[in-house]
Amino acid sequence: MRKVCVVSGGITKFVKANLLTHEAMVKDAFDYAMNDLDGRLDLQDIQSTICTYFSDHFNAQLLFDSLTQDYLAMCPRPSMRIEGGGATGGLGIRAGYMDIASGLSELCLVYGFEKMSEVNTAKGNEFIALASDTDFDYPVGGFYSGYYATMAMRHMSEFGTTPEQLARIAVKNYENAFHNRWAQKHQHWTVEEVLNARMISTPLTLPMVCVMSDGAASLILCTEEWAKKLRPKGDYAVITGLGCGTDTMRLGDRPRGDVIPLPGEDPAKYDQFKGQWPGVHSFRAAREAARQAYAMAGITDPLQQIDFVEVHDAYASSELQTYEDMGFCLYGEGGKWIDEGGPYIGGQVPVNPSGGLIACGHPVGATGIMQGVFALWQMQGAMAKHCSDPSEGIDGSKIQIENPQRGIIHSHAGTGTYIAVHVFEKPE
Amino acid sequence: MTHVYNTDPLQVHRHYEIDYIHSYGEVSEFFIALKKKKLMATRCLSCGATWLPPRRDCGKCGAKTEWFEAPLQGKVHTFSVLHFAAEAFLPEVPFILAYIELPGIDTLFLTKIKNCGLEDVYVGMPVKAKFRRLVDWTPNDIWFEPA
Repeated sequence: MRKVCVVSGGITKFVKANLLTHEAMVKDAFDYAMNDLDGRLDLQDIQSTICTYFSDHFNAQLLFDSLTQDYLAMCPRPSMRIEGGGATGGLGIRAGYMDIASGLSELCLVYGFEKMSEVNTAKGNEFIALASDTDFDYPVGGFYSGYYATMAMRHMSEFGTTPEQLARIAVKNYENAFHNRWAQKHQHWTVEEVLNARMISTPLTLPMVCVMSDGAASLILCTEEWAKKLRPKGDYAVITGLGCGTDTMRLGDRPRGDVIPLPGEDPAKYDQFKGQWPGVHSFRAAREAARQAYAMAGITDPLQQIDFVEVHDAYASSELQTYEDMGFCLYGEGGKWIDEGGPYIGGQVPVNPSGGLIACGHPVGATGIMQGVFALWQMQGAMAKHCSDPSEGIDGSKIQIENPQRGIIHSHAGTGTYIAVHVFEKPE
Repeated sequence: MTHVYNTDPLQVHRHYEIDYIHSYGEVSEFFIALKKKKLMATRCLSCGATWLPPRRDCGKCGAKTEWFEAPLQGKVHTFSVLHFAAEAFLPEVPFILAYIELPGIDTLFLTKIKNCGLEDVYVGMPVKAKFRRLVDWTPNDIWFEPA
């Protein structure tokens, strides 16, 4: 396989309602990525595209990919739409990687979008819940926040995780977001305020849940040769590992078996979980995706070898569960890990320095690509350049990880049905 | 007449609705049995894995399964009290959504818990199945209550 590089990215600010058409919104995210290359990339040099969006229900428009492909002046070049629930964006990056690595394309534009504002929040949640089994799960009370809440409740009962620990994750992400002009929610919360906020589904309160949003994101992937041409200073990232895991659509069908060890781990480390894992408290797909990506990138000590992660925190609880799946701490110790400061900037592995989905929002098809954009900017040391807004007093340098060598993005679909993980590294 | 919400940019009303003729196919027996106050699961003829909701083909080894009657008493594996929901379920909030462990069943069964105080439900709580008399041919024809 050929080396795959990430050279540029762009996003629109995720907002409750973006009243542009989808096509124009995508064009804005694409233009940002093109402009950041200072004219070194000609439109004609892009050889293929991958389009990602989640739901055909939000706008009653099928084949949106054709409309956007056309609008970006990319016809008649090859393109595909990728869809995989909440992991749509991450899976799109995986498809773009395949395009370049296989030799089918030298330069691939991966772009994603979602406009969720054309329906009310409860209706939107109904559409999202249609991404659960509509014969057996959805009719009972289909609501993804509810499904994740049952996972969190089991985690709490199994391991003693507390609502305070979940609240701490939300507070951390809101605090990071204060230094990111792209974040939608610039709000200070205390743990107590998060706990006392409107209850959505026990134990998840409103500020522990991401918001449905409108937005678009784009990422330009290419060969090493092109990367050197487009970024002569070497300020690009190389994708050195990727992984994809899946799990049963029905959460209740998940097995209770043995933990999948990460590369270099002694399986005996997990003896205490024998016959109980993943159950409904852990994400088998996240563990499997991390295992593949770590093996490919040569990661055997995640705490030492990973400088930051952008994790799919649709819920504070799913971020906590993911700490464990990614091997930042033992299963059951995610709560302890946040208590001890592990995921904070300056901690062992900063998680969601951007503010994550909780503060930035979750326009489904754009989200995983947004994570890629933030990860690229981190690798470039360009958070100050892209995320500051002096007029608002926002200083992006405060969320810049110091000289990162390796960062990870983690994209996640409905209760962990699909997970896509990518490892970004500095070029040698 | 089309309703206009805003003029700059122009925002107008659009309507879309559709009816489906949906088949429960090879798992129809599950829904039919609920009318007879029975909870039907399947067991793999090769590896013995049990499935509720049922599957014709085993989700572990791919072999064919056979039907059997699942027990009607079990305990709460996990739950959540929903105070918000998808639009279709908003009139029902708050309600308890739970996964139930049943003896001899490898999977967990998603259901509502009714006739139980929102503060009274707990992990491990013994529960028993209840059935609707006038069925609507959905999984809502069964629910659980404290045993």
